[in-house]
Amino acid sequence: MPIGAFLIRRLGLGLVSMLGVSVLVFLFLHLIPGDPVDHLAGGEATAEQRQKIEQCMALDKPLPEQFARFLGSVADGTLGHQCPDPKGKPTVMDRIVEVYPHTLALALCGMVVAMLLALPLGVVAAIRRGTWVDTLASVTSLSGIAIPMMLLGPLLLLWFFVELGWLPGPTEVGPSALILPAIAVGTHLMAMLARMTRSSMVEVLGEDYLRTARAKGLPEHTVIAKHALRNAILPVITIAGLQFGSMLSGAIITEKAFARPGIGLLLIDSISERNYPVVQGCVLVIAASYVVVNIVVDLGYGLADPRIRRA
Amino acid sequence: MNPRLSPSAWAGAIMLAVFVFLGLFGPLIAPYPVGVEAVDQAPQFLSPSLAHWLGTDENGVDALSQLLYGARSALVLSLVVVSSCALIGVSIGVIAGYFRGVVDEVVMRIVDVLMAFPGILLNIAIVATVARPGLGLVMAALIANGWVGYARVARGQVLSLRERDYVQAARATGASDARIMARHVVPNLMAPVMVQMTFAFGGVILIEASLSFLGLGPQTDHTWGAMLDQGRNLMFKPGYGHYIVAPGLAIAWVVLAANLLGDGLRDRFDPKQRGRG
Repeated sequence: MPIGAFLIRRLGLGLVSMLGVSVLVFLFLHLIPGDPVDHLAGGEATAEQRQKIEQCMALDKPLPEQFARFLGSVADGTLGHQCPDPKGKPTVMDRIVEVYPHTLALALCGMVVAMLLALPLGVVAAIRRGTWVDTLASVTSLSGIAIPMMLLGPLLLLWFFVELGWLPGPTEVGPSALILPAIAVGTHLMAMLARMTRSSMVEVLGEDYLRTARAKGLPEHTVIAKHALRNAILPVITIAGLQFGSMLSGAIITEKAFARPGIGLLLIDSISERNYPVVQGCVLVIAASYVVVNIVVDLGYGLADPRIRRA
Repeated sequence: MNPRLSPSAWAGAIMLAVFVFLGLFGPLIAPYPVGVEAVDQAPQFLSPSLAHWLGTDENGVDALSQLLYGARSALVLSLVVVSSCALIGVSIGVIAGYFRGVVDEVVMRIVDVLMAFPGILLNIAIVATVARPGLGLVMAALIANGWVGYARVARGQVLSLRERDYVQAARATGASDARIMARHVVPNLMAPVMVQMTFAFGGVILIEASLSFLGLGPQTDHTWGAMLDQGRNLMFKPGYGHYIVAPGLAIAWVVLAANLLGDGLRDRFDPKQRGRG
């Protein structure tokens, strides 16, 4: 299939998915008990103030009309306004744009951590396959999946922030404040990447060109690093790319654990405030990122390895 | 087919058996009650001792007993969610793959939608619909998108199985579609489904813990996720670390066991997937 047609088809399917996501979330949001007006107006609001908020949020209109208004706010790029008085306040889009870079940075650094942990584990396991080193490496990488983020995050904070004081604590956003959250996100992804590295390396280690490299007297570490790993790494990078979307959902938990600003924390806080427009905007942006990342990874893989042509 | 399970798969199976045992009998062997009647029966925040191995929590309730009751919740949660997801997913996937056409298109588009965003968002949206969700609603939320993976696997398998000679032969002898699916198709796709169920056993417990952590977990039952969340608020006080470590390790135990066994089963059923070790 030519790339243009592939792109159009995938983007079309992506749009359908996102519309589906929006409808689902919209319906469930309106099932949530608790009146958003109570949260926005506070306890002592007069009936008049309440009515004003209700009108601003269009809560007095039927559901289909509310949904149409939401679609309209997607079309004009604001994703909705804050009530009761939208003038001068940031739009939902502004709020998301403000925190999104933090989430992106977290996902990227988490990916780097995952690769740094997974490559050595996978390579060592492949070279020493079938031995206790192999078993130890796979149990180590599996424990990354097994230890819940809700335990790992606070433990990292306890050690490196409270006791050692080496790294900044919650709510900070500087570069060094990225280290602990990135470790928490990265360890979780490590297991899958390590497993992929191992099986890919095992395959490459049986190739003739490695025998040639050894036969011409290259030291073993050069054989492994330059000849084996280079060829084994492509499938690992693909899996890493495909997992990038799931890093975004990992970010929801991590951002909460480290009280770190980001789209995940914004989403969770907005759910507890019953702030419908922000919840809808966040979900839509997360779904859109998911769709875009997956298309880019598929495209990139096809370009990097022309042998692969998708159906 | 690799005739034997690897030692690490056996380790996973034994660890999982321990969990199932504690899930079945935990509430019976728990040294103290954990319900409302247990509140303030002992001083709060007791350190671990012979009488209270893991101490007591802020309500004076024995932490070890809560952990054992939590094992019951975790077992019920994972059994119900994993088996419901597999049943729903395999049924839908088999029907879509077997009949193809419009049914297949519709099912696969629904699958696409559910896979287009992080699953936990849908779980959150469902659980947030009531103020105090119980274990039942959390299970329903996890089933709502948990079946998707099984549907994909089952459909993929059926696409190749339906062209096999024995299926054609069964059709030629006049067997009904229902009979062909039940007798010839489903039994042949159970291996990958079993592998997926094993992995999911741990994953489900992790998602419950995530929801509890976000304040959206079951409010009416004792779960490890709830204990973890409670422990997180205490852990920065010196000497209170075990409140988060105990439930955290309990979760890690089950997830590690499920992954070790799942890896082993996959190697056994599908040697191509194996790392050719």
